[in-house]
Amino acid sequence: MIATAIAFYLFAAITVAAGFMVIAARNPVHSVLFLILAFFNAAALFVLMGAEFLALILVIVYVGAVAVLFLFVVMMLDIDFSELREGFLQYLPVGALVGIILLIELLLVLGAWVIAPEAASIAASPTPAITDIDNTRALGHIVYTQYVYPFQAAGLILLVAMIGAIVLTLRHKPNVKRQVIADQVARTREQAVEMKKVEPGQGL
Amino acid sequence: MAIGLAHYLTVAAILFTLGIFGIFLNRKNVIVILMSIELMLLAVNINLVAFSTHMGDLAGQVFALFVLTVAAGEAAIGLAILVIYFRNRGSIAVEDINMMKG
Repeated sequence: MIATAIAFYLFAAITVAAGFMVIAARNPVHSVLFLILAFFNAAALFVLMGAEFLALILVIVYVGAVAVLFLFVVMMLDIDFSELREGFLQYLPVGALVGIILLIELLLVLGAWVIAPEAASIAASPTPAITDIDNTRALGHIVYTQYVYPFQAAGLILLVAMIGAIVLTLRHKPNVKRQVIADQVARTREQAVEMKKVEPGQGL
Repeated sequence: MAIGLAHYLTVAAILFTLGIFGIFLNRKNVIVILMSIELMLLAVNINLVAFSTHMGDLAGQVFALFVLTVAAGEAAIGLAILVIYFRNRGSIAVEDINMMKG
């Protein structure tokens, strides 16, 4: 029990600290690295809550794909980041005000809130006991049956995102020569070879 | 002391607030704004999973999976737009983006 509490406070503290450094770091590369740290610790929190599958998906999708994508973009674009940080302190008061009001509201909601007694009986898909079936298998059972249409829609969203990203960033430079195999194959002997009559001693 | 639902919800609330705060603080830098949005989606996911395990209802984890999907798609499209915007304008400052209207 005490080990769980220590692990929770450790992971929660690192998550919040890394989240703060994401928005406060001077260099966006450091921001991305702190974002990766925050995702790793959030995955550890998921494990503590008993959602192992989502924890590993979080590591694979966020750390393996999204954060690396951010890292690539930050390092590929040649941006003067110091210029972008001008006015950082100018927005600090209003940002802090909005943030503190929002945090107080969220904590007030937490304090005054109770679970309805009948909530457990109307659960959409009750979790089977962890002794019967593990988390990944239980999720698979309902994702491929009860939630199969939303699952397919999620796949379509990813497909559209992939095609959109490719279409947006693909460009053909006019000065770059490319190999067009169809043109090469379609060349006839008349297009490729020209017979010249060369007079002796004159050259072409 | 036992770690309950309220602890996780508090962490998620703090992370969500940090995300909002980050959007205000880095008003010029689109990359950090996108990262703040990722932080907010992470906070939402922590909330969903916390309720899911506390109430014994797996639907919350399925929904967290869909939030994850949308977050990945959003990051890909957002960064693609950022790259072509930088190619065309040579800057990613948020104030310049109003040049694109009309």
